Amino acid sequence: MKCQKCQKQATFHITDLTGDELLALHLCPDCAKGYLETGDASEDAPVISDVMSKQLKPLEQTADDLRELDAKECPICGISFYEFRQGGRLGCPHDYVFFGEDLEPLLINVHGDNQHVGKQPKRGITDTESQTELIRLRRQMKEVVEQEDYEKASQIRDQIRRIESEGSACE
Amino acid sequence: MILDDMAGRCGEWLKGCGPESDIVMSSRIRLARNLADYPFIRRCTDIDRANIESTVRERLTNKTELQDLTFIDVADLQTLDRQFLVERQLISREHANSDGARAVAIDQQERLSLMVNEEDHLRIQVMKSGLDLAGAWDQINDLDDRIESQLTYAFNSKLGYLTACPTNVGTGMRVSVLVHLPALVITQQIEKVFRSLQKINLVVRGLYGEGTQAMGDFYQVSNQITLGKSENDLIDQVGDVIPVVIDYERKARDFLINEKQNDLFEQVSRAYGTLQNAQQISSEETMFLLSRVRMGINLGLIGDLEIPEVNQLFIRTQPAHLQKLRHSELDTDERNIERANYLHSQLKLDGGSESAKN
Repeated sequence: MKCQKCQKQATFHITDLTGDELLALHLCPDCAKGYLETGDASEDAPVISDVMSKQLKPLEQTADDLRELDAKECPICGISFYEFRQGGRLGCPHDYVFFGEDLEPLLINVHGDNQHVGKQPKRGITDTESQTELIRLRRQMKEVVEQEDYEKASQIRDQIRRIESEGSACE
Repeated sequence: MILDDMAGRCGEWLKGCGPESDIVMSSRIRLARNLADYPFIRRCTDIDRANIESTVRERLTNKTELQDLTFIDVADLQTLDRQFLVERQLISREHANSDGARAVAIDQQERLSLMVNEEDHLRIQVMKSGLDLAGAWDQINDLDDRIESQLTYAFNSKLGYLTACPTNVGTGMRVSVLVHLPALVITQQIEKVFRSLQKINLVVRGLYGEGTQAMGDFYQVSNQITLGKSENDLIDQVGDVIPVVIDYERKARDFLINEKQNDLFEQVSRAYGTLQNAQQISSEETMFLLSRVRMGINLGLIGDLEIPEVNQLFIRTQPAHLQKLRHSELDTDERNIERANYLHSQLKLDGGSESAKN
């Protein structure tokens, strides 16, 4: 059988649904490839690093701006924006606040939106930002223990316990 | 051990019942949640991970309403057992292969699974047989409320539920429908269907989530966006398009029946014959042939086998399941022989054996 588009041997036999009609096509490999690839090229789910690199360019950031942004570190978990860009995963809930403006274009790019409209916690629409203090304290605690500053460690431990008991009191 | 008991049972998603179950295998919803007072997984110390795991376990098992959950320490499992849970869709491949303290909680019917310390602290999942996203949402929404009454999730009034990856922030929800599309594959229209789904922000993956090279013509359709739409909108986004996909698959099946009847009969009966008589057979070939047989049953070409039985064969011929059922570790060649023996015993010419119907 000859290809319907050129005169080469047809090796692809394609049945296509267009609306309610079934269309049988007999094509050579080249024409079949062309036929199947029309329309948008297939896209996988967005990979953060790809989206990031695309999204950073239109901002016309200078190398200095980018270097400055990359060096920014979250005071709570210690992750840098560079580390986030590389790994595609954030370090703690506070990053959404601390890197808020920097993440905005990414969120718009991925979701086409920057405002949550879905489910909210039953306990009330309160931000859990205050809880991130515990993340910072535990990290600090680890550091002072490594430095063998046990007096400071015991102070931090008391602080952690106080916040934890306040948290459980309102549950 | 609990996993050995599970091997002989059939999870919710393979039951083969529910709406549109000739084409739709299962409906699944998962929610990504994180505790407010711990860093996300990549910044967790070993102690953080262990604390998250024990906190979740204690808070959820102390409460009578969640007592039907069984916690399994994934870090403690053998590779084979972890693979077994992946094949049953109770944990992700990433969860199986990562390091550090992690767990999964499942219920007796395997309708829900709760992964602890996957990419997020909690990945809650509910599965339903057939097309039933509304039912899955009711169940997971309720479960999420009950967990939330015990644990404080990281939440922000502007961005919703906060997740390790910004692609999940907001609802943290992924809605997935697993569809069986052999006729669209045979008529080579599958790529075209995918492209049109991608245009409306939906993602298509193969059964075990590796690219689009689907095993056994099973495809997972799910939403990509999680922020700026309500849970019900996201469910509709997927739920509205599935009937269209089902319709395409049915039309393609009609076309094969009407225009290619001889080819189709030949393919289906050859597939059935090979599965009944092979001496050794790979997992890939088994999936490929079972897919033909499954379609053959739905089109009335095979009368002595039922859909739930075929669904079970899909999972029980997977590498880890085969070894669990045999109670021994087998290499690839040994598995191919064991798989053929198993299929032979289940697909005797007098009709499927009783043991497949539990």
